[in-house]
Amino acid sequence: MPDMTRKTTSARKATVTALAWTVGFLIFFPVLWTILTSFKTEGEAIAAPPSFLFFDWTVENYLTVNERSDYPRHFWNSVVISVGSTLLGVLIAIPAAWSLAFVPGRRTRDVLMWMLSTKMMPAVGVLVPMYLIFRDTGLLDTKTGLVGVLTLVNLPIIVWMLYTYFKEIPAEILEAARMDGASLRSEITYVLAPMAVPGIASTILLNIILAWNEAFWTLNLAAAKAAPLTAFIASYSSPEGLFYAKLSAASTMAIAPILILGWFSQKQLVRGLTFGAVK
Amino acid sequence: MGRITLRNVSKRFGDVTVIPPINLEIGDGEFVVFVGPSGCGKSTLLRLIAGLEDVSGGVIEIDGVNATGLPPARRGLAMVFQSYALYPHMSVRRNIAFPLKMAGMDPSEIARKVEAAAAVLNLTGYLDRRPGQLSGGQRQRVAIGRAIVREPKAFLFDEPLSNLDAALRVNMRLEISELHQTLKTTMIYVTHDQVEAMTMADKIVVLNQGRIEQVGSPLDLYRSPANLFVAGFIGSPKMNLIGGPEAARHGAVTMGLRPEHIDLSTSDGTWRGTVGMSEHLGSDTFLRVQVEGLGMITVRTGGDSGLRHGDAVCLTPQPGRVHRFDADGKAMA
Amino acid sequence: MATQHSRTAARLMISPAVILLFLWMIVPLAMTLYFSFLRYNLLMPGMEEWAGFSNYRYFLTDPAFFTALRNTLVLVAGVLMITVTGGVLLALLLDQPMWGQGIVRILVIAPFFVMPTVSALVWTNMFMNPVNGLFAHAAKAMGLQPYDFLAQSPLLSITLIVAWQWLPFATLILLTALQSLDREQMEAAAMDGAGPLSRFIYITVPHLTRSITVVILIQTIFLLSVFAEILVTTNGGPGTASTTLTYLVYVQSMLQFDVGGGAAGGIVAVILANIVAIFLMRMIGRNLDA
Repeated sequence: MPDMTRKTTSARKATVTALAWTVGFLIFFPVLWTILTSFKTEGEAIAAPPSFLFFDWTVENYLTVNERSDYPRHFWNSVVISVGSTLLGVLIAIPAAWSLAFVPGRRTRDVLMWMLSTKMMPAVGVLVPMYLIFRDTGLLDTKTGLVGVLTLVNLPIIVWMLYTYFKEIPAEILEAARMDGASLRSEITYVLAPMAVPGIASTILLNIILAWNEAFWTLNLAAAKAAPLTAFIASYSSPEGLFYAKLSAASTMAIAPILILGWFSQKQLVRGLTFGAVK
Repeated sequence: MGRITLRNVSKRFGDVTVIPPINLEIGDGEFVVFVGPSGCGKSTLLRLIAGLEDVSGGVIEIDGVNATGLPPARRGLAMVFQSYALYPHMSVRRNIAFPLKMAGMDPSEIARKVEAAAAVLNLTGYLDRRPGQLSGGQRQRVAIGRAIVREPKAFLFDEPLSNLDAALRVNMRLEISELHQTLKTTMIYVTHDQVEAMTMADKIVVLNQGRIEQVGSPLDLYRSPANLFVAGFIGSPKMNLIGGPEAARHGAVTMGLRPEHIDLSTSDGTWRGTVGMSEHLGSDTFLRVQVEGLGMITVRTGGDSGLRHGDAVCLTPQPGRVHRFDADGKAMA
Repeated sequence: MATQHSRTAARLMISPAVILLFLWMIVPLAMTLYFSFLRYNLLMPGMEEWAGFSNYRYFLTDPAFFTALRNTLVLVAGVLMITVTGGVLLALLLDQPMWGQGIVRILVIAPFFVMPTVSALVWTNMFMNPVNGLFAHAAKAMGLQPYDFLAQSPLLSITLIVAWQWLPFATLILLTALQSLDREQMEAAAMDGAGPLSRFIYITVPHLTRSITVVILIQTIFLLSVFAEILVTTNGGPGTASTTLTYLVYVQSMLQFDVGGGAAGGIVAVILANIVAIFLMRMIGRNLDA
């Protein structure tokens, strides 16, 4: 009898495994296909029937993309904009989250909800004035301008995430630091920040991902020299840019770093994007 | 030095008065215990002294200097928290060194002091561990170590033993008492456990609903509780409180009689009753005796009393041990 | 629970964030509101004049507005339906004991990290293209006529692309919720004689309801502003067949340079989004202390 149960369980496990792997593969397939296509020649990329693995693997597309179209510059723009806006945001958000988490008052809740509400304003509602402000201040198509906007766009998420992480640190420990003679700055630098390292790290990670993939402001406020990869890739939609293999190579390079970062942050993703409502 | 004076110190949270104006004098080198049931304001009072909360009114003086508006760091006090509040990301060494580092002390001096404190507290072998790798008692000692290296004017303990198991608690109680003997520094100790208060304190402050009910040495409180609350709170098991005609016979509204101040006999005595539940502790037995007209009376007797449920017994209050209280619950002279 | 010192410090420390967000929220929004009452075209600078509610009248009576509103609702509802249903099923599947669960999770989560422009381009060209797309190859292999997704059902195609991007989000959140389900509660129910189906209906479903609500509300916020996917694939066309509210405002202000009209549309979008936001805030606010 016990033997039989074990058999049914492992048979069931095998079925579940097969099903899950199939579904997982199908969902992942477009990404995989992009990666595969990036190693084909343009001819093979549109060949019918398409070949899956048995084609002449080549890295030529990567070389061409890198040479011809300033790809490295746009990649660098993406790095600067996503990392810059995230770090700036974290710098502004850490003191704010400290206040909200450790000196709660009657208005704490309202402040948190209000910050969240700014995130819910549709970007298109302020597109025109932002465009005009950027145009008139010379921020249009600059990395500085995009760093600024993306900092503001993601600031509520950063504050919220840090807040939920800080809440998990017992207030007594900070009080102990205060008793031990720590100034506010020492309290945050030597006690709070080191204790919250995992939380701060995942906040940074998730926000780099969000900023990297942000495609409303980057498309509307940066056309050429400051354009990050989102905007650069979009330029492939014009007919003359339509080369599957090169498109795939450019895409693969654009998504690879974030895919890897993302896989590391999947747990924190849930918490960050639900503002702590689901942990 | 560590003389702490509270003058009309009060605390309100919004409209709720947690501590009505209180006056208290704590002498240099005294071991003072704040005791009371949970929610009596004893921890709040400690946090007011620490500077972790603002007073709503009144003045706190430390060594004659007004410290009411000073931040915690500048009061020269050290605190041991209920949860120990150790810095989990720092080694024991760095935990103990932290207040010295904050004071900007020279690293070699810090190292020397940390080693010395560790030696006193039997932590020498654990200096490079993290708090997470220590037992409850060791964590407690680290918290104490972090407090003593600063050579504070006074130590504040906020229910420091409540997270330890019973056996360890007795040990730590002794260790803290010994520490007080060695350092001779003022200590203020908050607990809800009257046994801790009785065994450790030079002076006990009994708090109830934010008010000070009585201040005195453990034996003062035991011998002459100022009111019904103190009478019922100090001593274990609780004092028997008897009202009605029997109390009136003693000229009181309520009379109090400790279980250990009642003589037990099987033949004759003042009151007659029947044995109910009995608790055998080995050294002592506590009998719950149902006395006609008085209700349930707890009596202490020897470990081998041999009395059983349902036995008839006679009780006699020891002369001069009866406490008398008036209608307001105040002790009568 | 704090002192005057720490309260003052707290106020100081939170003010940069509060001031920045306040400016970010109020300044552009006030400008949008102001522009929405002007006749203001970027091609005719200096010709701005007060227009009253005429921008709103034009915007709200424009047939394109109704198409856009309908398209927005269809897109949001379609994506929500696909992702929530698919998410629940996938979460239930992934919650089962299996070999290599971690790897499957990684595969399933991947689309969420693909930037919108890339996923839009990859899907349009390499899958939905009627000549060279993989679907066309598959159709031809089966002897069928290839289907021109973006020309014949542009909105559905975009819905599918966006749903692919958001399915991982729903799955991950629902899976997290499932895994936080109290095992003892399940065992207690089993002891009480509840079979697998009743356990699912009476314990799992109520437990998931809250997370499903969170998924719906948060996705709605993001889906209302889907933009890149439309820009890259169809440009809102053919005609206005795949124009959403966000895209319509974009076209009006950035392509037709009609600042006044675009601003009026922007305000309408803000109002609509706020209606959703109120529900979301209530939801999150309720969970804030939990």
